[in-house]
Amino acid sequence: MLSWLPKHRDAGACLRQAQAAGDGPTMLAAARALAGHSRDAQFTNRIDRLARAARAAMPASGLAEPGLAEVGLAILSSHTIDHLVPAIRVAGLHRNLAIEVHTGEYGQFRSALIMGDTMLERFAPRMILFAIDLPSILEPMALSADRDTVEASLAGIMEELRLLWSLARERFGAQPVQQTFIPQTSPLLGSNEAMLPASPWACCARLNELLRQASQRGEVLLVDIANHLPDAGSEGRLYDEVRWYQAKQLVNPLVAPAYGELVARLVAAFVGRSRKCLVLDLDNTLWGGVVGDDGLEHLRLGQGSAEGEAYLTFQRYVARLAERGIIIAVCSKNDHDVARSVFDQHSEMQIAFDDVACFVANWADKASNLRHIARTLNIGLDSMVFVDDNPAEREIIRRELPEVAVPELPEDPAGYVQCVADGGYFESLGLTSEDLARSGDYTANNQRAAIRASTTDMEGYLQSLDMTLTAGPISVLDRSRAVQLINKSNQFNLTTRRRTVEELHPLLEDARTVTLAFRLRDRFGDNGLIGVILARPDPAWTAGDLLIDTWLMSCRVLGRGVEVAALCALRSAAVQIGATALIGEYRPSGRNGMVEAHYERLGFERVETDTPGGETFWRMSLQNERAAHHHLKLELTV
Amino acid sequence: MTKDEVYDELAEVMRDVFDDDTISISSHTTAQDIPGWDSQAHVMLIVAAEQRFGIRFRTAEFETLHDVGDFVDLIMLKRERV
Repeated sequence: MLSWLPKHRDAGACLRQAQAAGDGPTMLAAARALAGHSRDAQFTNRIDRLARAARAAMPASGLAEPGLAEVGLAILSSHTIDHLVPAIRVAGLHRNLAIEVHTGEYGQFRSALIMGDTMLERFAPRMILFAIDLPSILEPMALSADRDTVEASLAGIMEELRLLWSLARERFGAQPVQQTFIPQTSPLLGSNEAMLPASPWACCARLNELLRQASQRGEVLLVDIANHLPDAGSEGRLYDEVRWYQAKQLVNPLVAPAYGELVARLVAAFVGRSRKCLVLDLDNTLWGGVVGDDGLEHLRLGQGSAEGEAYLTFQRYVARLAERGIIIAVCSKNDHDVARSVFDQHSEMQIAFDDVACFVANWADKASNLRHIARTLNIGLDSMVFVDDNPAEREIIRRELPEVAVPELPEDPAGYVQCVADGGYFESLGLTSEDLARSGDYTANNQRAAIRASTTDMEGYLQSLDMTLTAGPISVLDRSRAVQLINKSNQFNLTTRRRTVEELHPLLEDARTVTLAFRLRDRFGDNGLIGVILARPDPAWTAGDLLIDTWLMSCRVLGRGVEVAALCALRSAAVQIGATALIGEYRPSGRNGMVEAHYERLGFERVETDTPGGETFWRMSLQNERAAHHHLKLELTV
Repeated sequence: MTKDEVYDELAEVMRDVFDDDTISISSHTTAQDIPGWDSQAHVMLIVAAEQRFGIRFRTAEFETLHDVGDFVDLIMLKRERV
């Protein structure tokens, strides 16, 4: 089970040794190591018991030090789920998460939320998972019921689920998560079951469709057992009638490890612990054969050979991951130019050299190279997944860099895609258009850095970037990204005022305010939305003064004079609505020291005020023209 | 497989399921004798025994098991039919 995880040489002995040692840190370390190996349901339970014993023997603060993040997950269910909890916790350990699980009273999922539940309130979950079986929520219908009747009934169920989701949000401040339904019965017609809308099997399929639509709209996150678990367990089917009749277990206990993985990877994505970067070996990983020995023309890649097609498919999958925003890097033992030549010359290559954010082909050891890639891309080793067909290289990386995930690739390249996908390393809760452009961004940032290294004079470098800054009101399309920036930016953030979409809305509607979203393009690509300014009249200042309530920018674009160009945009927009002066405000947050002198550098004059919090205020008149020196082309859209 | 062998193997299964190396069993052993043998562990024990012995218990058969002796007899019976 969990075939992408490596097999442990002697898991049983390792477990017994740790049990015998008896001290918290040793037991926890062993449990974490074992969690990262292939394991069946029973052994997963034993790992969980070891980890529980470890935690009981350690102070609560003992978790932070080994880098475990605590997350509270409540599961409210209509059936037995206790047998799944150990597998969720163990799958969490394997992702550096200490998932605490609270299980509601069996069958009480409605009342827990509607009437309130002090135990649940005290537990204060970050996420609430609803695990509901179909018979407990779907009322029996006559098979003759027409489509409208069935739709009305299913709409009623969705209505109830929505109520539960919003209660999870409002009453507990938790992210609602819904498990998809499984039929627990068989079709009555067959392949064309949908022609009988009232059949329970068809209802189940339709209900899952409605759930997926709800998740698309951001109402809920799904744990999609219906789609992702039926073929997960070689050891048993997802739903085993005998276990249902015997113990009301909807999920077969043999499938528990796969179920735990599915839940834990969602939790990981939710707390930002999904991996970001795929590092690939080349020979026999991206193509069949060794380019340095066999020569370019004898590589097996592309149509014409079965193996070549398998490599082609894997490359296409990687290219799509890149398109999805996953950073692609190469780490190969090869001569650099020889390895590069395949990208430049082989017509079947699906991954362009430019898609590779960091390309390392040399004869140094791979552990050092992976460290180098992490530094170059400015990401953590725990963001990386290393894919290599060579078991020896995999073993070395697992030993040297345990933070890096190393899937146990099958010998046949036909299984590569499934192996990388099964690992669930890149679980995501949905993409913004920024994500889709980001990967290209990392690649471009590296090329920018390369130019900077070769350009000694800064002015020439900035000129060569060919930058265009677009400034305009925050449009509907920009809103979610703008709110994301408002709530995440710490360093280049003058006031650190956080706002929700709802709080932002009145400012956008007010004709007396200036709201600006900034986008930056340069010769390497589109950096997307990189800055936000909100300026509004304030009763504390005189009429005609416009207070810069918020000014923040992404650190990715620092040192390029973007703020100078942004000020030009702000001045024009302010003049347009009749303002006569700008008031800059700096509120120290402990993390924004880099912009303490921001307004001074831009030519504002200090306004002496009595401010206990250390805020400073700055004024700039709009009465006269001002020359500004920067290297950006400014496009204002109003 | 002799009866003694089935006892030995079943004891091993139970040591794994209950994570207790000190478990030893006889025909009279019941759930009361073993700490942690609750309804959830019972299902896990059945699942583990099915895997170990390559058999499958019928839905009705769980209800006829009163002690380990019954369990072993049932396993013997099932293995003969395999």
